[in-house]
Amino acid sequence: MNHRIQLLALAVSAALAAGAVQAADLTVISFGGASQKAQDAAFYKPFDKTGAGRVLPGEYNGEMAKVKAMVETNNISWDVLEVEGPELVRGCAEGLFEKLDWSQLGDKSKFVPEAVSECGAGIFVWSTALAYNAEKLAKAPTSWADFWNVKDFPGKRGLRKGAKYTLEFALLADGVKPADVYKVLGTKEGIERAFKKLDELKPHIQWWEAGAQPPQWLAAGDVVMSSAYNGRIAAAQKEGKKLEVVWNGSIYDLDHWTIIKGSKNKDMAMKFIAFANRAENQKVFAENIPYGPTNNDATKLLDPKVASGLPTAPENLVGALATSTEFWVEKGEELEERFNAWAAAK
Amino acid sequence: MNEAAASLVADDGVPLKLKLRRAERAHKLKSVAMIAPLFLFLLLSFVLPIGTLMYRSVDNPELHRALPQTVAALAGWDTQALPDEPVFAALVRDLRKAQEESTLGLASRRLNYEISGFSSLLTKLVRKLPPEGAGVRDAVIAVDERWGQLTYWRAIARAGTPLTSFYLLKAVDHRVNEAGDIESVPANEAAYVTVFGRTFWIALIVTLWALALGFPVAYLLATLPSGPSNLLMILVLLPFWTSLLVRTAAWIVLLQSGGILNGAMIGLGLIAEPLQLVFNRFGVYVAMVHILLPFMILPLYSVMKGISPAYVRAAVSLGAHPFLAFWRVYVPQTIAGVAAGCLLVFILAIGYYITPALVGGPDDQMVSYFVAFFTNRTINWGMASALGTLLLIATLVLYAVYGKLASSDANKARR
Repeated sequence: MNHRIQLLALAVSAALAAGAVQAADLTVISFGGASQKAQDAAFYKPFDKTGAGRVLPGEYNGEMAKVKAMVETNNISWDVLEVEGPELVRGCAEGLFEKLDWSQLGDKSKFVPEAVSECGAGIFVWSTALAYNAEKLAKAPTSWADFWNVKDFPGKRGLRKGAKYTLEFALLADGVKPADVYKVLGTKEGIERAFKKLDELKPHIQWWEAGAQPPQWLAAGDVVMSSAYNGRIAAAQKEGKKLEVVWNGSIYDLDHWTIIKGSKNKDMAMKFIAFANRAENQKVFAENIPYGPTNNDATKLLDPKVASGLPTAPENLVGALATSTEFWVEKGEELEERFNAWAAAK
Repeated sequence: MNEAAASLVADDGVPLKLKLRRAERAHKLKSVAMIAPLFLFLLLSFVLPIGTLMYRSVDNPELHRALPQTVAALAGWDTQALPDEPVFAALVRDLRKAQEESTLGLASRRLNYEISGFSSLLTKLVRKLPPEGAGVRDAVIAVDERWGQLTYWRAIARAGTPLTSFYLLKAVDHRVNEAGDIESVPANEAAYVTVFGRTFWIALIVTLWALALGFPVAYLLATLPSGPSNLLMILVLLPFWTSLLVRTAAWIVLLQSGGILNGAMIGLGLIAEPLQLVFNRFGVYVAMVHILLPFMILPLYSVMKGISPAYVRAAVSLGAHPFLAFWRVYVPQTIAGVAAGCLLVFILAIGYYITPALVGGPDDQMVSYFVAFFTNRTINWGMASALGTLLLIATLVLYAVYGKLASSDANKARR
């Protein structure tokens, strides 16, 4: 139900955001929720204090159509945008984003390699993992195979409504090794195999669209297990909910800063990105929400207790896999379309 | 008579005919000037956007913009043998330029629609772009042997035409194959015919329910004395004036598993477990019928108001059973209202987006949902336009059928 209300909220907030933006401020658009709160504490407020400019935060759900419409009509109301890998690469090739001058963004070698690209600068490493409500399940699930096992773990499951991650999880549940997932998914048979595996679970799936939904559903008992962003589960744990994360079979990915092509505040935007990616600011971010820093210096600054809860902690990387941006750039559109048709069929 | 008219002269010496014509022209200009704002408004707000939308569904600009020389060089190609050296040279030149201007993204996305994997092939070539000059063909094929396959060049030729049927065909689950013939897509990729079928089915069910519920209400409205009738009218109009989103959200509150209706039924001991009443087809039907009901009631009411009660009274006084009198005498006179109401509800229903999106499940989504999906999610505006165009055509056809039926009815009535 929640994504529906969010749909309403989105329409209203988009209308409000459009009216509120002023030229002198830097509009920074993120995916909202717990992550935006952490960004506010770690990046936006400290940046305001430097006196270089004022951040006007906004949120979106990853729709590139808005960006495209802005760039095509040259009516640009956003400056800095948080994007996922495939959208960054595609948007960069289509001329939706500005090319970044890395000489202003700090020492490239201090960042994890995936964080450095033509149009983007990595913000943090996040993970999509299996999460469950420890109060509702007698036995703890340990893998995606358990997620698919409705006999021993009865109840509804939550999965993100989209091909990305869902297909990977289906293959992992079908016994494919993490290292081979994208190799298998790259073949026609592999795609069929993933969809066939999803067919098995289809009647038990409740699809989520916003990252805030899985922890809510899990806590309310609407679903017993769900794929979820690890940061959202951590936020729910802080509120005292008995939710647990299974790191085995989790998929990690980077979110990036990018600047919308034609932004009127490009200089300020560059300053903001450089500021946000400083080690001390990334450290504060990771303390607020357990997403791994892209700046290696920030990792060194972190308290070991905080560090052990990040997707980048060595013990959490066992059995985990990295998203293949290349794969999703290439096949994303086709598979999302196919997935949508599959989800819409009885 | 004509000659006589021509020879007539007004007081000031100007022939009368000429004067008359002048006056008429001034009159015409005045009336044109009066409708000009409306005409302009229609042009700008209806014809232009709809025309642009329809054009988008066949427009094919990506390759033209990014790879103009290659497309031109391929113009005379017979599609049977691998293209010649100049075509490869043109491709290399185009790619170099497109790379600098960041125009390659759209072209590679377009080619990926034709053959999955084409965009990485293009990216690979851009990364290892060979120099132009002699042997460029072999050099390109050396980067990836797929450049030596006809399939890929045929895809470029197909995607390089100024207009394309790709999106419209795909919207009805068809495509142009290698040989240039139209074929249906494999069953596991087909989706949109089902979606169109579902859209019309939901619209039909909603229309029938709206008629079944709206007819008695309209009858009451038309026959009750004016006091209760006005009150009833307000009850019909009040929800009609309420925002669509509010009404849809209200149904979620009423029908959800912890909602008022389920709570009441559990409280009364009618059911033990909450029933799934929303986020499925049932919820879509309930919410859509409720929202569209006034569009059925109002045309019915306006027709019924004009029917004199004397006819039915006369039929009954001549010995007809009241039901027979109603069915044979009253109902036929409401047909125009029934047709108008059904048409209105059906046409509004096939375009519904927000209500099924909010109260339906994934398999209750109608065509508009996919238009939104292609517009916002994958940014395939060609596909979004194609679906929109087909929906528009379906509506126009329906309207034409209605017009035909209505006019033949009118003729019959006259006879």
